[in-house]
Amino acid sequence: MDRIPILRMGKTLLVTIQVDMQDQTALTLQDDLANEIAKTGANGVMIDISAMEIVDSFVGRMLSSISGIAGILSATTVVVGMQPAVAITLVELGLSLEGVRTALNVERGIALLDRAREEAQIGS
Amino acid sequence: MHTEDHSLLNALRGDEGAIIDAWMQEASSKDARQRAQALEILKLLRDALASGSDTNRLESPEWDGLRSALTELSSSRAAQGQSASDTNVFVLALKKPLFAAVSEKGGDAAALWTMSRTVDKLAQHTVTTFQEARENIIRRQQEELLELSTPVVKLWEGVLAVPMIGVLDSSRTQMVMEALLQKIVETGSELAIIDITGVPTVDTLVAQHLLKTVSAIRLMGADCIISGIRPQIAQTIVHLGIDLQGVSTKATLADALALALQRTGWRVTRAV
Amino acid sequence: MEAEPTGSMPLLSEQNIVASRQMVRTLCQSLKFSLIDQTKMITAASELSRNALIHGGGGHMRWEFVERNGRRGLQLHFEDEGPGIADMSLAMSDGWTSGKGMGLGLPGSKRLVNDFDIDSAPGHGTRVSITKWK
Repeated sequence: MDRIPILRMGKTLLVTIQVDMQDQTALTLQDDLANEIAKTGANGVMIDISAMEIVDSFVGRMLSSISGIAGILSATTVVVGMQPAVAITLVELGLSLEGVRTALNVERGIALLDRAREEAQIGS
Repeated sequence: MHTEDHSLLNALRGDEGAIIDAWMQEASSKDARQRAQALEILKLLRDALASGSDTNRLESPEWDGLRSALTELSSSRAAQGQSASDTNVFVLALKKPLFAAVSEKGGDAAALWTMSRTVDKLAQHTVTTFQEARENIIRRQQEELLELSTPVVKLWEGVLAVPMIGVLDSSRTQMVMEALLQKIVETGSELAIIDITGVPTVDTLVAQHLLKTVSAIRLMGADCIISGIRPQIAQTIVHLGIDLQGVSTKATLADALALALQRTGWRVTRAV
Repeated sequence: MEAEPTGSMPLLSEQNIVASRQMVRTLCQSLKFSLIDQTKMITAASELSRNALIHGGGGHMRWEFVERNGRRGLQLHFEDEGPGIADMSLAMSDGWTSGKGMGLGLPGSKRLVNDFDIDSAPGHGTRVSITKWK
């Protein structure tokens, strides 16, 4: 079973999903991310799904869960690079991925995380 | 192999040139290309029979070659604008020469019946594939027409616009969605303006299609503005209780552009 | 790789679900489906494969190339000998919101394909057949 690696870039954790994941791999990623956020005090998580041709309900729920868990641990999550075919399919499937922030690409994703950090600082 | 198929095979092993000549004459064709296609078909029929294929099972893989050749025949005819019945008549014209060839080789009534039924099936196959070829051509032309009528343009850095013209059905919306989303990814544009000035009516179904497009755009990380909403359409939307899910709406494309610029951090000032 | 016009594979493990997605991809490419159609079909297959495994206790996926009125298509059958669905109308109603609900994803999958057929009853297992036409 592949384990998705988590890279760290300052206060941001970066995950790139490039394989056709088994369900267990997705669950392990969820665990690993939660642990890593807690361990490093990261306040941003970027999940790059530009290589994913298929996002089904299981992966969709995983993304929502990660977003929720990260939020509780005071980190913002952004999912970047969703392919048009995936977006169209998710809409048809009826999955709205509520609560999951998305950005067109890594660059925009980083900008989004920066803005979220600023807002968090202003608020605190 | 059945004896009837055997008789047919024997007949086909006879004077091929004579059979082709008779076929072309019967079909009133002097076209060299058609002659070549006829020759190919005859050869494939003979080869398939020789390797033991059963004429009762023309859908099976052993007849793939022959079916391909027949499809090629009807496709080229469809492209030339000929009718299904022309191709049908052409294939059926093979019966007379084969009838003569099978009888000559001593084939009985059963053999003649098998030959006739086989040629019928071949003709049927060409008609079916002819229709499919025609439908493909029409479908392609429709797609091209749709593409022409829904161009996605770049209005500004990071702002795309697509004017929707005409009736918004599911296939039209799908086409626009695909083109728009693709352009969004390619240009990295965060805002898409969908202008519906050219859309005559908006009912629940049309609204649903539009909202699906909006959802897909948002899922990808961009957003959109719907412009060109005439007062009557605004009334219809409220009247039907359609929830626009917080999508920004503007009456004109100009207003939408102004909003888009504002949202993407641009400020326009007069030079003088 | 040229795909066989008909075949079957087991759905007894998570790896099998991944394998079923890959098989459906190969089949779709064989028939030269558009990217969108391919994505929809593979996604539907993923949902239904998972259902057969998780809710059906394991099963298999059968596939076949079909033809109707000169159009070619891909037909998939997801079969299991599990408990079956007691309330079909509930299963086929949209109770989903993202991340919540343990819906079987049936109405969603239905929207992704052209033809959708389900045959299930308590004690009789479940069979879901889907078809995508070119």
